[in-house]
Amino acid sequence: MTTDQIRINSTDTIDIKTDAIGIDSANTISINAQNLKKIYRRGSEEICAVNEVSLEIKKGEYVSFIGPSGSGKTTLINILGCLDNPSSGMLSIGQKKVFGEGKPLSEKLLTKIRRELFGYIFQKFYLIPTLTVIENVLLPCIFYKKEVADIKINGNNSDVAAMQRGAALLEMLGMENRMDHLPGQLSGGEMQRVAVARALINKPEILLADEPTGNLDSARSQEIGRLLRELNRKEQLTIILVTHNPELAKSADRIVELRDGRVFV
Amino acid sequence: MISLYKVSYKNILRKKTRSALTIVGIALSAWVLASLMGFNKGYEAALNKDIDNMGFQVMLMAKGCPYEAATLMLKGGTGLRYLKESVVASILSEPEVERITPMLMQAVFDPNKGESGGISAYLGVDPATFPNMKTFLEFKQGKWFTDPQSFEVVMGYESAELEQREVGDKLLIPEKNVELTVVGVLKRTGTQDDGTIFLPINTVQKIFGKEGEITSVGIKVKKEADISKFEERLYTIPDVQVVSLAQVKQTIMNLMSTAKVMVFSIAVVAILIAMVGVINTILMSVFERFQEIGILKSMGAMPGDIFKLIWIETLILCFLGGVAGSTMAYGLSKVTEILVRKLLPYAPTGSLIQLDVKLICITLISVLIIGLISGLYPAWRAASVRPLESIRSDIN
Ligand SMILES: Nc1ncnc2c1ncn2[C@@H]1O[C@H](COP(=O)(O)OP(=O)(O)OP(=O)(O)O)[C@@H](O)[C@H]1O
Ligand SMILES: [Mg+2]
Repeated sequence: MTTDQIRINSTDTIDIKTDAIGIDSANTISINAQNLKKIYRRGSEEICAVNEVSLEIKKGEYVSFIGPSGSGKTTLINILGCLDNPSSGMLSIGQKKVFGEGKPLSEKLLTKIRRELFGYIFQKFYLIPTLTVIENVLLPCIFYKKEVADIKINGNNSDVAAMQRGAALLEMLGMENRMDHLPGQLSGGEMQRVAVARALINKPEILLADEPTGNLDSARSQEIGRLLRELNRKEQLTIILVTHNPELAKSADRIVELRDGRVFV
Repeated sequence: MISLYKVSYKNILRKKTRSALTIVGIALSAWVLASLMGFNKGYEAALNKDIDNMGFQVMLMAKGCPYEAATLMLKGGTGLRYLKESVVASILSEPEVERITPMLMQAVFDPNKGESGGISAYLGVDPATFPNMKTFLEFKQGKWFTDPQSFEVVMGYESAELEQREVGDKLLIPEKNVELTVVGVLKRTGTQDDGTIFLPINTVQKIFGKEGEITSVGIKVKKEADISKFEERLYTIPDVQVVSLAQVKQTIMNLMSTAKVMVFSIAVVAILIAMVGVINTILMSVFERFQEIGILKSMGAMPGDIFKLIWIETLILCFLGGVAGSTMAYGLSKVTEILVRKLLPYAPTGSLIQLDVKLICITLISVLIIGLISGLYPAWRAASVRPLESIRSDIN
């Protein structure tokens, strides 16, 4: 199976069912943030982790966020990735206003948006140690199977389609020989590749990666960097990357630097 | 394809020792529960069978007369009181009576018995009526005596063993110097009959000089008869004491019910302990997996999915424990029975613990319900994990 068959996010497979959450993904999805603010209270002290951040990310764009520790990178991309509500400000994804219309969104609605649009990878891989590589990759399908063109092509059996897709992803990531291994038998770089496959199994529009190479040596980091670059180029996958690694940051189309919760130009 | 059940099941395998210990805890309480219910059923059945084996439901004797062989032995064979034989005929005319048999108990001191001598008890029975009343008595050798005047004996299983007698052997009554011939040896019954030496009642009257006298009357009441009304009428006969086995049974059952409440409380405590164990195990595994659960949520799991995941885990633990416990209860019911017999002041002879498929099912269902309840809180805790918490705790 070639990567062509996977076609993550290619234009002709975007007829996803997003009516339920009101996001019209047939349009060019982009993230539009206006005056996002996140305030944490520690006793009487107020910490403004994200301070009046406005930015726009286009569909198919690869953006990396850099900045010193504590500058608000994680806080910001958690809001962009609908993992957290902002204290104030506006966020829209595509045509849909997610935050900024009165009440914060319920956890359920956020979950619906997330599983439709986002895939996440983190510094830790969070693979379930008792499940094999392929089982870990297919884990999100237990909760949600996005109706995508591939699955229709493969007939009504969405399980078979999901398994084929999982196998194809692992093949693309060079892990086809490790499918039945347990995470404990893999190296850190391999585990992160499994986590990437898991993030991509439901064909997300946007991949969010918070320090994905934080636990890897430089060779493995470069490998993941190349992988992200390739996913972005070949599949037009929108990628938002947070990293301390300047080499890795440079692989992006655009670098945004944060300092004290603000975008530093 | 991977399923929620598989994920749950594999989660249990993650901490094998902990899961195994929890399962053992559940199994033990399931064992207690199943055995207890089996006991509840078995004890009464065994008691009923014992009482049926007495052959009569009502016994009549002179007031103040000891009626148990054991009491008789303690009292050294003294203190026996007598009824007139004529009472039999008058009771027989009562409409409730189906069968009636007179008995005469006598005891002598036998210096050759045991190390320092002992009491030998002889029960005179009517060869015409007694065997008919005790049809369930089976012979190891020989048969009942038929001649009411004969000098013949039938020995209970234990007395025959003790005296080492077989059919055709002679048996001497000490003090009286009368020689009898053994014509039958009974099989073991597990009742008082095992230790009894049976003679024709007329022979006992003759040997002991108690012509026209008896110590007790066994009465078998007709099935449809109202026993309590009949007993009331019997009480009007002067100097007579009525021992109703229905009453005896009731007394034993009352005693048992107190014991049962005790045992039942222990079972409840055992179940509570197992429940706390389950909650603890599942809650610990939820806390350990906080981040992982958050990641599952970021992948699109709804609170309901996570709730189900954890609930299924609890159910799997309880199911395994329940199956193990029920199997244990079933397989080890004989061992449990020996333990219970040691603890009970009085135990009937039949099988005390009667476990059947129905009781095993009830046990399993109870354990599963316990599991469902125990799983509620941990599952709710897991379901309410926010994805952010897990990612945040990454920083620390
Ligand atoms: N839940 C919270 N409660 C209080 N303060 C918080 C919370 N989360 C983050 N902060 C604070 O907000 C600020 C920004 O944190 P954030 O994690 O976004 O930084 P970061 O740029 O991702 O840092 P790093 O590079 O170390 O990951 C920090 O000062 C942090 O202490
Ligand atoms: Mg961070």
